[in-house]
Amino acid sequence: MQGEEQQTVPVTVMRGLDRDDMQSQSFDVPFVPGMSVLDALIWIRGHADPSLAIRYSCINANACKECSVMVDGQVEYACTARLTPAGATVAPLENKTVIRDLVTDLAPSRERLDKLLASRR
Amino acid sequence: MTHLETDVLVIGAGAAGMYAAMAAAGEGADVLLLDKSLIGRGGATIMAQMTVAVALGEQDEDDWRRHLDDTLKAGRGICNEELSAILCHDAPARIREMDGWKVGWARDPGNDRIACVKAPGHSAKRCVYVDFLDTGPAIAQTLRTRVGRTRGVTRLSGMSVRDLTSDGGRVVGAVAVNVEDGRVVTVAAKAVILAAGGLTKLFQRNSASTNMGGDAYALALRAGADLVDMEFPQFFPIGHLAPRLVGMDPIMWDPFRYKLGGRLLNGRMEEFMHTYGEVDDGTYNAPRDITSYAIVKENEAGRGSPAGGAYLSFTHVPEEELRAAFGPTIDLLLKNGIDLTRDAVEVAPIAHFHMGGVRVDGRLRASVPGLYAAGEAVGGANGANRLSGNALSEAMVFGERAGRTAAQDVAGTAQGWTEAAAAPALALLDQVRARAQATPEGAVAETTRTWRDLQALMWDKVGLMRTEDGLTEALGEIRAMSAALPDLTLARGARFNSVVEEWFELRGALQCAEAVTLSALNRRESRGAHQRLDYVQTDPSFERNQVVRLRDGRLESEWVALTRIDPARFEEEEAA
Ligand SMILES: Cc1cc2nc3c(=O)[nH]c(=O)nc-3n(C[C@H](O)[C@H](O)[C@H](O)COP(=O)(O)OP(=O)(O)OC[C@H]3O[C@@H](n4cnc5c(N)ncnc54)[C@H](O)[C@@H]3O)c2cc1C
Ligand code: FES
Repeated sequence: MQGEEQQTVPVTVMRGLDRDDMQSQSFDVPFVPGMSVLDALIWIRGHADPSLAIRYSCINANACKECSVMVDGQVEYACTARLTPAGATVAPLENKTVIRDLVTDLAPSRERLDKLLASRR
Repeated sequence: MTHLETDVLVIGAGAAGMYAAMAAAGEGADVLLLDKSLIGRGGATIMAQMTVAVALGEQDEDDWRRHLDDTLKAGRGICNEELSAILCHDAPARIREMDGWKVGWARDPGNDRIACVKAPGHSAKRCVYVDFLDTGPAIAQTLRTRVGRTRGVTRLSGMSVRDLTSDGGRVVGAVAVNVEDGRVVTVAAKAVILAAGGLTKLFQRNSASTNMGGDAYALALRAGADLVDMEFPQFFPIGHLAPRLVGMDPIMWDPFRYKLGGRLLNGRMEEFMHTYGEVDDGTYNAPRDITSYAIVKENEAGRGSPAGGAYLSFTHVPEEELRAAFGPTIDLLLKNGIDLTRDAVEVAPIAHFHMGGVRVDGRLRASVPGLYAAGEAVGGANGANRLSGNALSEAMVFGERAGRTAAQDVAGTAQGWTEAAAAPALALLDQVRARAQATPEGAVAETTRTWRDLQALMWDKVGLMRTEDGLTEALGEIRAMSAALPDLTLARGARFNSVVEEWFELRGALQCAEAVTLSALNRRESRGAHQRLDYVQTDPSFERNQVVRLRDGRLESEWVALTRIDPARFEEEEAA
């Protein structure tokens, strides 16, 4: 464990390969004032469970818009949503197909391999 | 397994890749454009908030040869002059083309002239931008729309290219994985353009997206191609350090300094650039390499800011001026708890760009037939130190040229694909997949930790202040990490398996790290972004470029003479 002063906050993520069969898993994440929800998810990947799937690219520039997820029931960009000392529950977007954990099928359909193969059949 | 065929395969869909795809299609080629992330979103292009350097002559008197002079001067004597000339010569055409496509370059109030600012190292106002801090997003959006409408271009998001395939010394295609379902895809291509961006993710403090781990360079190396100038990653001196700021890229203070000056202060709130032969005094003219050096030195002398950088202060700038220059950004800062009229922020050098890369000729051909490169993946145009704004010009200019050349070169030729050529890459994919599936229940994957270790090592020993001992140790550690790679614990699952993705990234990142470190070790002098504590002088006998390549699994390096040109001759040849 970290030093005593290191405050941790509970971050709960929904995990699974199928929207109808997701399990929640909670992690205690060290809290740094000002940190984003994505910072917490990256911490989980780096220190607790690297197999957690999240989609992101620009990390904190709010540019790529790849990190859309549900944070406490609201659609948010994980990289700009701030983590509060109360922690957060993070789930995949509701109107998209779940690929794995927090990752949904965000790519436009004209940029998808399955669509390309279907169109060539 | 899925097999696709195309005339021209473009790997990476930033400004360079999207431009290359359009240019190749414009020559009648059938093009496949792949990105491991989403098309137009995954790399540096969409993150760029500042400017594009181009000699339009709309504000100050200017022409491409002046831009070239500035570029060569900033490059500290070792630019590939042909590539620099192409960059400066073609940039106005690309910038006007983008203007026609409604990218939205900022205009002077009251007239239709494109607004230009003067960025450090430029002798004229020649840096164009899109307000507010929207340059990269606007470029990415414009190109995404254009490429989407270009006949002949097929785009695929989420395709991670793992290896190029070669047959008889020629690149004939690539092996990729569709990240969302783990499906393996082979692609036969007559020409392959590497536009997969840079490597700044290798360093602990960086401005990189998660997809900037050096894949382009590693793919080229493994295909037998030459890389050049790998010892020159660029450190941006005033990356945001503290307090924690979300929703902005860490390079954001650069445009603030162009427009508003600002003061760079040490931990005692004193100006310090004069100690290093430059003036600050509220101006923003000192070159990147010298400012980075000065900040590190102030910290070494115990005069750093609390988080280990320097202060940047705009407290002397009236609020109306702040708002006029940056509008909504000022509110975003307030939301982050930063009131610029009251608070100084802390800044420090961060890895930001790679000057080195794939060695190409004036038509963007790599040293292996069938292979081309564009954008940040290319080495040479910026020498030992890049001028700000040159990277986006380079991406668009080289993208257009590479696309055009590749399509012309392969028109009417046949595919060279053979299954045997793809076999080694496919065998490795199988092997790693089998290992991932065999991961015991509850085992914690080690890829993320190894990434962190590599970043820390590169920052400490191959970063801003290099020494023979540090670099030698780093080389040993990098080789040990490569040797340990086959045994790293992975994680199960075919769909969006980031651990397997990271494992392949690491394979390439370690090859890049070795190339950077070896090159830095061999260059026993200081020049531009490459600063050796044990060889502090710039040594004229090192006015050469260093090439590295993989031979029989080992990196070898070779010094080559500079590429010089006569600008007048170049202009005539371009006109012809
Ligand atoms: C934060 C930031 C700000 C910047 N600001 C400026 C600026 O104001 N002005 C300026 O001139 N320059 C700026 N630069 C530099 C400039 O943005 C880049 O050099 C330029 O955009 C590079 O363009 P590119 O097309 O070569 O690469 P990128 O835009 O990085 O695109 C490369 C693409 O390749 C993809 N890729 C990588 N590996 C693979 C693989 N194995 N398979 C498939 N796809 C892959 C990535 O996902 C990515 O989408 C900035 C850079 C950063 C990081
Ligand atoms: S990670 Fe790019 S917008 Fe959030």
